[in-house]
Amino acid sequence: MSATALPAPAVAGERRHLSYWLGATAVAVALAVALRLLGNEYGWYAGYFVLQYVVLAAAWNILGGYAGYVNFGAAGFMAAGSYTAIVLYESMGLGVIPGILGGAVVAGLLGLGTGYLTLRLRGVYFSIATLCLAVVLQTLIVNWDYVGGSRGAYIIRPMTVPGFASYGEYIFIVMLVLAVLAVGIGRTVEMSRLGTGLQAIRDNERAAEAVGVPTLRLKLIACTLSGALMGVAGAPLPFYAGYINPEGAFNLAYAVNSIAMPLIGGAGTWLGPVIGAVLLATLQQAATVTISSALNLWIVGWMLVIFVALFPRGIIGWFRNR
Amino acid sequence: MSGAVLLRAEGVGKRFGGFTALADVNIELRAGERLGLIGPNGSGKSTFVNCISGDFAAHDGKVTLGGQLLDGLKPHRRARLGLARTFQLPQPFASLTVLENVRVPLLFAGEAAHASARAFECLEQVELAAKADKLPKELTQVEQRRLELARAIALRPQLLIADEAMAGLSHAEVDQIIALLLRMNAAGTAVIMIEHIMRAVTEFSERLVVFVAGRKIADGEPREVLAMPEVEGAYLGKQ
Repeated sequence: MSATALPAPAVAGERRHLSYWLGATAVAVALAVALRLLGNEYGWYAGYFVLQYVVLAAAWNILGGYAGYVNFGAAGFMAAGSYTAIVLYESMGLGVIPGILGGAVVAGLLGLGTGYLTLRLRGVYFSIATLCLAVVLQTLIVNWDYVGGSRGAYIIRPMTVPGFASYGEYIFIVMLVLAVLAVGIGRTVEMSRLGTGLQAIRDNERAAEAVGVPTLRLKLIACTLSGALMGVAGAPLPFYAGYINPEGAFNLAYAVNSIAMPLIGGAGTWLGPVIGAVLLATLQQAATVTISSALNLWIVGWMLVIFVALFPRGIIGWFRNR
Repeated sequence: MSGAVLLRAEGVGKRFGGFTALADVNIELRAGERLGLIGPNGSGKSTFVNCISGDFAAHDGKVTLGGQLLDGLKPHRRARLGLARTFQLPQPFASLTVLENVRVPLLFAGEAAHASARAFECLEQVELAAKADKLPKELTQVEQRRLELARAIALRPQLLIADEAMAGLSHAEVDQIIALLLRMNAAGTAVIMIEHIMRAVTEFSERLVVFVAGRKIADGEPREVLAMPEVEGAYLGKQ
């Protein structure tokens, strides 16, 4: 066969998305049914913990995985979502769903603003700028009495939610839907023109500009989308825990996990953050229950060292290279 | 071959701190023309190219393409106006396949609706279609150069700036790249070739411009330019 007769190979971005949405919905329903059959309230809380990280890792992956801009400020964006929910609850008595929508808007705008200020920076300078953002936000929250300052703020959760056996089940289902949506959005980005442009930026930003890619605009879109989804991951947190304070909302674990999970699963792929989040968050949850929560970051640290040394492209990359 | 003025650079100057890299450079290029740009290392050739492509902002002067002022436009806007360039070292998108590399300009500056089919056509033109699903790291040096040219072809450029597109290639490979550039030129693309391989420059160029120390010292028919005493002295090292 001559070269000129070769057909153009199939391109991932042109695949249809229906299979993902049907498959993800089926998995989500199966998970919810399995946990309900288990009948243990702890299952909902452990499941929420894992799914929260699925959303966070999928959100981080949009800017960090596809465009290669490493955001160390994930805890800041997540806390922006959490505290937006607190403000809406305190001011208008709104519940978790409006809190999620508000958190997405505020954290998205925060992402856009951060992008304008920092996306002309590259490499480690961008990362340091995002880390500073989280520190600045934490200082603001600590000194803002309306949301409890350093004491923190309480939310009185409803005892029951119609159609659900418990509030724990309800908040789990909410986070399950958010996880399906966040991963679906990440997958759609990956297979879209935006995703191709972000990958070109990650590989060679100067060459991307030279062939017509509007690099700054794409990075701003990615930063906004990533920030909004991180806010979504954080908004239900006060309703899940019933209480939130700056120390918890800006916990280092969120920043470290949001980076470690995509890297371990396979950054720059939509499935990698899911695998990394499920693996790491489950391990951390198991360690919390069986040994101590103080071991969480110790586990993440060791996992990162092992994966960076042995599987630098993560689990997905390892399977692809076999 | 040559038509109306396509590129006009007037009084272009660029400084890096106290160092003047370019001073009062005036160049006109006509549509479909083949221009060779030569000069010793550090003479300002790449700086000039970067001022044209938008990688650098010139301190003085102005540049127009097809009558449109380019000053202040980002490189991607210039690419969409039909200005393509290659780099001294090939700069492929390493994680994308060869086909996907060529789809990038089509998605953002060309025909997004039929990007894959058109990308494949571009690869056929540079004889890389058989490697469409390979990664750039699996290509040879000359194939990576051809991939860069395929990305440029995808932009349907009015002007291609080939910045040392033949550096490090063998004699036969240089001939391959010259043939490709001539084909692009025959299709209507004006080409500025920056090159140290004099055989390639003289074979390819209709007109030659010589830079020395950030200034244009000669502009004309290649053999006449190369015979000028100031060019021989400054560039070829003769007294």
